Amino acid sequence: MTTKLLTALLLGTSILGSAGMAYAQDVTLNIESWRGDDLAIWKDKLIPAFEAKNPGIKVVFAPSAPTEYDAALGAKLAAGSAGDLITCRPFDKSLELFKKGNLADISTLPGMENFSDVAKAAWQTDDGKASFCVPMASVIHGFIYNKDAFDQLGIKVPTTNEEFYAALDKIKADGTYIPMAMGTKDLWEAATMGYQNIGPNYWKGEEGRLALIKGEQKLTDPQWVAPFAELAKWKPYLGDGFEAQTYPDSQNLFTLGRAAIYPAGSWEIGLFNTQAQFKMGAFPPPVQKAGDTCYISDHTDIGMGLNAASKNADVAKTFLTWVASPDFATIYANALPGFFSLNNTPVKMEDPLAQEFVSWRDKCKSTIRSTYQILSRGTPNLENETWVESANVINGTVTPEAAAKKLQDGLDSWYKPAK
Amino acid sequence: MAAAPKRPFRWHIVVFLAPAVLVYTAIMILPLAGTLQLSLFRNIDQAQIFVGLENFRRLFGDPNWSVNFWNALRNNIWFFIIHMIVQNPIGVLLAALLSSPRLRFSAFYRTAIFVPTILSFVIVGFAWKLILSPLWGVAPNLMDLVGLKNLFTPWLGKEEYALTTLSLISVWQFVGIPMMLIYAALLSIPEEVIEAAECDGITGMSQFWKIKLPLILPSIGIISILTFVGNFNAFDLIYTAQGALAGPNYSTDILGTFLYRAFFGFQLQVGDPNMGAAIATMMFLIILGGVCVYLFLVQTRLRRYQF
Repeated sequence: MTTKLLTALLLGTSILGSAGMAYAQDVTLNIESWRGDDLAIWKDKLIPAFEAKNPGIKVVFAPSAPTEYDAALGAKLAAGSAGDLITCRPFDKSLELFKKGNLADISTLPGMENFSDVAKAAWQTDDGKASFCVPMASVIHGFIYNKDAFDQLGIKVPTTNEEFYAALDKIKADGTYIPMAMGTKDLWEAATMGYQNIGPNYWKGEEGRLALIKGEQKLTDPQWVAPFAELAKWKPYLGDGFEAQTYPDSQNLFTLGRAAIYPAGSWEIGLFNTQAQFKMGAFPPPVQKAGDTCYISDHTDIGMGLNAASKNADVAKTFLTWVASPDFATIYANALPGFFSLNNTPVKMEDPLAQEFVSWRDKCKSTIRSTYQILSRGTPNLENETWVESANVINGTVTPEAAAKKLQDGLDSWYKPAK
Repeated sequence: MAAAPKRPFRWHIVVFLAPAVLVYTAIMILPLAGTLQLSLFRNIDQAQIFVGLENFRRLFGDPNWSVNFWNALRNNIWFFIIHMIVQNPIGVLLAALLSSPRLRFSAFYRTAIFVPTILSFVIVGFAWKLILSPLWGVAPNLMDLVGLKNLFTPWLGKEEYALTTLSLISVWQFVGIPMMLIYAALLSIPEEVIEAAECDGITGMSQFWKIKLPLILPSIGIISILTFVGNFNAFDLIYTAQGALAGPNYSTDILGTFLYRAFFGFQLQVGDPNMGAAIATMMFLIILGGVCVYLFLVQTRLRRYQF
């Protein structure tokens, strides 16, 4: 009796199951990503927007933890079980996937013309001939400041170096606020929010970055040492015990209103908006003299590519073309203030702080972090060494010249620029 | 000459040994052999090519590697020295106090001191980072209360103090282990020996130095070798407190963190499993050497007392 019932049940489910399959002709696309934080945005905003326009295509966003992403993705690609669409890390990690044949060449994908060369550089072969990911977002460096504190002390937003240090001196003399919230404990703050933040004004953005890759400039040249010299001057303006101050400490110091200026990346905007109880503003890295061209680090951070082994490549390309469209850019940039679209079409954003950051693109020249493309492939790793040396310079344990020399020596030991 | 009667092969020995041998081989011996093998290869054009000792030549010959290696080894030795001169004497002292029959609440102290040992490294690293934080930590305030505020510095952020501070944190965490082992050794000293000593007029401190200490020396030897192996395999505390770059300026870099960066890579640095395996092999040889020195030179000379 029970066996009969069970058989009937099984039969029933199998018929229902196959019936369901027969009716659903939908293609399902899977997205691999490390951005678990964005799950809600994808599920509630981006995917419905795409599915409404493209009936018959289902999209599933399946993130894994950031620290496990690269290893998990590698294993899935090798096993052939990876999703159709792959979220791309910038530069070498994705380039390696492309070289192994895991990522498809999408240079001719409709929509790629919406992006500038700088935007595409993070996901191109070294010669720039093949592109393999659609640029999704970048982060911009600058300084976020406590507007209330500036008003209270009567400080104008600094535009030049001179005004910048005058403002810091004034905040320090007043004593209510710590002039600048930054620590050297986690090392990368010093390099990313310090050196790479103010540096482009000295090495003239792309011009210096490309010259460095070509071997025409060296890290020991004045324009590359100068940012270190500036960092060395920051020490007196940092809080007590900044040597042991971590990145979350710095964030808290600023959002609790105890510090006036925060050397920032635009990714902080979302968090700061929810935590800070005061008005905030932002200014780009100050230039050396009034009237100088300003340069900003507008660093390409996240893109999306096509799994070369995907069975639904054509459908996936439709999706990528949509990712390259202004529609996607508008939804994405507004849902994640601080992650800016790289699309050439300007995107209208609601968040005032994000608007301020992105407005610099019009008046300043954009570049990406100097150490990311090609130069961090060898041992010693230039990016990691820059972290260590930037922190040393701020701590005052190494002179700017010695730090620059160490970096150049390390680079020389393995990097031979193409003549 | 007649052949000796053939004894049947004793299969049960093989059968009984098999589970342990198989499991140990599968999860210890094979990976170890794999690591040693990996260190003799290099990845050239997506293929593993045998290169002999090339990786080791690079590790010791190329200043980009050797400077970091010697720095990590030096730091590791200092890490070990701090443990030996702080952790073990304190462990012996605590055990001696605990075994004193007049001490009340000894079970409570024993547990309280042992608890940090079972805490996760992540908790210990994070808790101490907070305690020593110049911004929100309790250490600056506590030192202020006793008027020592000016002695406070951001220890974890200074090149000259960071490693020693971390060593002492590790000592705090692990002091329970020598304490327990020596406590057990002290309890196992027979009453007759102590009584005989008392009859001979040896009491108090001299009883500890002349009777008990020699009797617990083998335990101290075991603890030293456990500390040695533990320290040269250490990684977790430095990683949780200082990150993989073991800052400031690599001053807290030990072999474990150096291996981690080489093997798995870090940030933009791509992992190099072959060089990582070479470093792991060196760690294995260092630990093997240390254990051999102990086994053949020290332990054979320790006198054993049979009661």
